[in-house]
Amino acid sequence: MTLLMAENIKAYYFTRMGTIRAVDGVSLGVDKGMVLGVIGESGCGKSTFINTLMMNIRSPLRFIEGRVELDGLVISEMSREQLKKDIWGKLVALVPQSALNALMPTMKIRDFIVDAVRQHQDLPKEEIVGMARRRFEELNLPSDTLNLYPHELSGGMRQRAVIAIATLLNPKLLLADEVTSALDVSTQKQVLNLLADLRKRRIIDSVVYVSHDIAVVRQVADKMAVMYAGKVVEVAPTEDMIAKPLHPYTTALVNSVLTLEPEVRKRELSYLPGEPPSLINPPRGCRFHPRCSFAKEKCETEEPPLVEVSEKRLVSCHLF
Amino acid sequence: MSYLLDVRYVTKVYTAGLLSRERITAVNNVNFKLNSGEIISIVGESGSGKTTLAKIILRLLPPTSGSVYFEGKDVWSIKRREELRQYWRQVHGIFQDPYASFNPMFKVRRILYQALSLLDENERGDPEGLVREALKSVGLQPDALDKYPHELSGGMRQRIMVARCFMLRPKLVIADEPTSMIDASTRAGILKLFTKLREENNTSIIFITHDLGLAYYVSDRILIMYKGEIVEERTPDELLEKVEHPYTKRLLSDVPFLYRKWS
Ligand SMILES: Nc1ncnc2c1ncn2[C@@H]1O[C@H](COP(=O)(O)OP(=O)(O)OP(=O)(O)O)[C@@H](O)[C@H]1O
Ligand SMILES: Nc1ncnc2c1ncn2[C@@H]1O[C@H](COP(=O)(O)OP(=O)(O)OP(=O)(O)O)[C@@H](O)[C@H]1O
Ligand SMILES: [Mg+2]
Ligand SMILES: [Mg+2]
Repeated sequence: MTLLMAENIKAYYFTRMGTIRAVDGVSLGVDKGMVLGVIGESGCGKSTFINTLMMNIRSPLRFIEGRVELDGLVISEMSREQLKKDIWGKLVALVPQSALNALMPTMKIRDFIVDAVRQHQDLPKEEIVGMARRRFEELNLPSDTLNLYPHELSGGMRQRAVIAIATLLNPKLLLADEVTSALDVSTQKQVLNLLADLRKRRIIDSVVYVSHDIAVVRQVADKMAVMYAGKVVEVAPTEDMIAKPLHPYTTALVNSVLTLEPEVRKRELSYLPGEPPSLINPPRGCRFHPRCSFAKEKCETEEPPLVEVSEKRLVSCHLF
Repeated sequence: MSYLLDVRYVTKVYTAGLLSRERITAVNNVNFKLNSGEIISIVGESGSGKTTLAKIILRLLPPTSGSVYFEGKDVWSIKRREELRQYWRQVHGIFQDPYASFNPMFKVRRILYQALSLLDENERGDPEGLVREALKSVGLQPDALDKYPHELSGGMRQRIMVARCFMLRPKLVIADEPTSMIDASTRAGILKLFTKLREENNTSIIFITHDLGLAYYVSDRILIMYKGEIVEERTPDELLEKVEHPYTKRLLSDVPFLYRKWS
């Protein structure tokens, strides 16, 4: 069963420098109970994309076209007021990339929670704090955290608090943007364990997990999507993608990961020549062709469509 | 046989606060040796004292006690300017954030020319040629010379830092989190440059990082640092087979793998 379906999404930033085509025709689905991982290098449009999944569009970003359906509701046609009232927090919640630093330093965690919940639901303060306390206890997070200021928490504790707060109203879908990127490995694992716990307890159903760290994403995701220059270039079940990446960009990404594994130490390090492309003037044809060692003439002129090449595997490359 | 670098019982205590009452032992009785052409990594969590140790070896920060010997000479006994220039020519540091270590008002050319002053006079004959050669070694076009740091991507700024090493050809490079700011696919290119530096010049390299995967891939030996102390020293193979210190064990159980999923 599909929980979220995004179809041909285009979202551009209109800036003085020009139009940045950050998300340029992306289609992806998330099934109920599934974790979708989205990977790609810095600036390829991951954060922009995850925001379009809940229709959180703010100037200079504009939603150009596409359709987002969430749990049977076409949210891409809703007004911001309606999204705020009925959708955000309740059906879908976002932990944004900068959440770790975004907490107001002068507010205690409990006041922050009250403020966050009241964006979506008008409840008495005591009730909200009680809800939060029960939830923190359920998740084995120290509930005295509620009475502290953000700077009194370690990075890992702060991130876990942010996630617990975002999911207080039991949204079906959690959008997590680089929630472990600024943390060291031991703290990373605590955050990932919390996400697993939230799913096990059925507080949330599905997750879209965005990160540039493939080794982390592969630990949590059932399915992975690779973004390059505003487009999705490959989608596959996690195990398949790691074992046999198809798109040359995915191959380069997977082969550049350094982990503590003999198979990693033995292989030649692969890396991409050149620089990531401009999203104002992306290369013609396949956007990856200037950095691709398999590029043919066709790749310079014709954009490869994202096609199904085998069961559950999609790739956009003229090689397939 | 003498070592290239010999760090003996180095301790650094910071005194913080207005009345200097608070004392932090950032580096505690650290000992290790390094041979020519050897690559080692010092791995530890945030605040474990890695950068402090690097600064002491680079003779930028005096230790509270202990000594650092480079080619048999106590580096903290160096007093003469000329000798110091020689030392910094042989032992070169690359720091965490290349953006912060560049003056944003200087173009790349000027940044690279600054490093020339560390060379011996008879080596500086053709400065522009040296600079261009170094750029070529790190895979950059000469037009980068006329750019400001902010006009370059993070990966390109890293390459400029490494270009300095190709100009100076030091005996030892200390790279403090050289790749933490860039993507894996770009990082791999930078790591290749470091290994090329060793192949061409037998340069020794100390990588300072919290990334155990990087350490495992590039190093001959890995030193695990925890709360100011080196708690374990292993070859990459040993790291997977036998480790003893509880901190190392925890670190190993927490790093994500690519080909295996956590149970
Ligand atoms: N508010 C904004 N105004 C203008 N341009 C923006 C804005 N936010 C992002 N961009 C641009 O849109 C493109 C995609 O950015 P986005 O943040 O979605 O990438 P990302 O994949 O999340 O990168 P990172 O890994 O660094 O978080 C980039 O070129 C970025 O500079
Ligand atoms: N100038 C200073 N004055 C006082 N204390 C300091 C100073 N520099 C560092 N410290 C403290 O010494 C300890 C070690 O710091 P250091 O920067 O060496 O750690 P690190 O391992 O490099 O950390 P990171 O991985 O975050 O870079 C920390 O507790 C730090 O707060
Ligand atoms: Mg982002
Ligand atoms: Mg440091």
